Amino acid sequence: MAAPALRVVEANARFYRHTWRGSVISSFAVPFFTLLAMGGGLGRLVDQGAGTGRGAYLGFIAPALLAATAMMTAAGESTYPVVAGIKWTKNYHAALATPIRPPDLVNGLIGFLGIRLIFNLAVYAGIMVLLDAMEVGPALAAVGPAVLTGVAFATPIAAWCATLDDDRALSSFFRFGLMPMFLFSGTFFPVDQLPSFLQPIVFLSPLWHGVELARGAAGVPESPHFPWWVHTLVLVALAVVGLFLAGRNFTKRLHT
Amino acid sequence: MAEPLVIATNLSKKFGDFQAVDGIDFQIAPGEAFGFLGPNGAGKTSTMKMIAATSPVTSGTLSVFGLDPATAGPAIRARLGVVPQEDNLDTELTVEENLFIYGRYFDLPRAEIRQRIDELLAFAQLADRKKSKVDPLSGGMKRRLTIARGLINRPEILILDEPTTGLDPQARHLLWDRLYRLKRDGATLVITTHYMDEAEQLCDRLVIMDKGKIVGEGSPRSLIQEHSTREVVELRFPAGEQELVASRIEGIGSRIEVLPDRILVYADEAEKAIEEVHNRGLEPEMILARRSTLEDVFLHLTGRSLVD
Repeated sequence: MAAPALRVVEANARFYRHTWRGSVISSFAVPFFTLLAMGGGLGRLVDQGAGTGRGAYLGFIAPALLAATAMMTAAGESTYPVVAGIKWTKNYHAALATPIRPPDLVNGLIGFLGIRLIFNLAVYAGIMVLLDAMEVGPALAAVGPAVLTGVAFATPIAAWCATLDDDRALSSFFRFGLMPMFLFSGTFFPVDQLPSFLQPIVFLSPLWHGVELARGAAGVPESPHFPWWVHTLVLVALAVVGLFLAGRNFTKRLHT
Repeated sequence: MAEPLVIATNLSKKFGDFQAVDGIDFQIAPGEAFGFLGPNGAGKTSTMKMIAATSPVTSGTLSVFGLDPATAGPAIRARLGVVPQEDNLDTELTVEENLFIYGRYFDLPRAEIRQRIDELLAFAQLADRKKSKVDPLSGGMKRRLTIARGLINRPEILILDEPTTGLDPQARHLLWDRLYRLKRDGATLVITTHYMDEAEQLCDRLVIMDKGKIVGEGSPRSLIQEHSTREVVELRFPAGEQELVASRIEGIGSRIEVLPDRILVYADEAEKAIEEVHNRGLEPEMILARRSTLEDVFLHLTGRSLVD
């Protein structure tokens, strides 16, 4: 990463020192309780019944939750803060009066998000190990795909948010975009449970690719639909195209 | 004369169909306090943003430190300080951290920044607020902090966009005093303002802008000499009579301006003009004699007042 982008990472880290308390709930508490309720409660029923067909329920959803949590954290970091930097606090404008360029802001945003995801997801994976959801090795192996999932969401979302004039679209995006994706991307049940005409729609969900990649890394028997490299390709493509578009949109918006 | 730091030739800026800056020429010399005076929407901020290499030039040429902002944006910005119209400080951070982050954006070493922070906070009279958050600071304090932030990289040019808009008179004078000090120490200041008193106080030389064009240029004194008389008499008549008496005042002084609420008589000697008004049998409700200001120059050049 170029030096100016590292300066932006540093600024974001300093900013985070003041705001991290607010993010603890969404980063740790929500995923923890989800794991507990779904894995512990629901999981017992599933395992006593028909099962997932791909191992114990807790082990089935644990890597998926890593990817889903990464998506949520990434969405949080690439929506409101972007609109704020451009429209509300205007701190992007302040940074751009220095040698920093608009793409540096994007790279700095994504760079810091990557660091946060690695840290948050490692802690979450540790909790999963303690709760016997996964072994140490698979848990750590699933962190990488989950981080990639987060980045694959963050760059296109940041690109989109750089075109917004206010945050009105954002609550709909979370409610009608991310929430259904969270629930129906094979996170909590295999996609084969869905009517077959719905399955191709799920294949369009980036989260599904992240979930399946994380499961594969964690040693959950692979899904019958696509090999791991297809999932990787989809996520990398999203991240790269998103990064390009975000750099372009930030420049268009901020250097007018 | 030293090589100018900024040279603009036929500089234009368009936003869609709107011509914000319309073919202006100017040069800014080192150590000069240069002003852009004009009403809101005159194109001042657009010009500033082009100089600050954050807004691409539509046409014409612009050189800052001999560099082209289109290709050398970061190199130019590394040598500029910018104080924007709206404070865009990080309100979640402390006073000190705002300066620190900014210093890091300029890639300054941490120890160096810490030293400069103490100097700058003393200069901005904010030393006792170093650890406090930005949010509770008064408007004047935030402005001074924004100026301190703009100085963190020891810029060769400090750009100030409407530096005292929205401040109370006391905060304003304190800010002017700080800017005087910078000027005395040889800083090059580029200031936009729609306050004529601010332009008169701070600027060695200025251009008057209206509708994207430069309509006058010079020192405040020379602009007044060139475009106005030494003194002005303001006459106020009862509502409705203004237009009627205007014709009877015609011929007093060198010219008159009829405004909605008063008539201005431009004369080199106010006393004589007032005497003549009385001789013509006119009894205004109010008579005020004063020196000509840049406001009069603006009125003369554009036919409109500066502040609507």
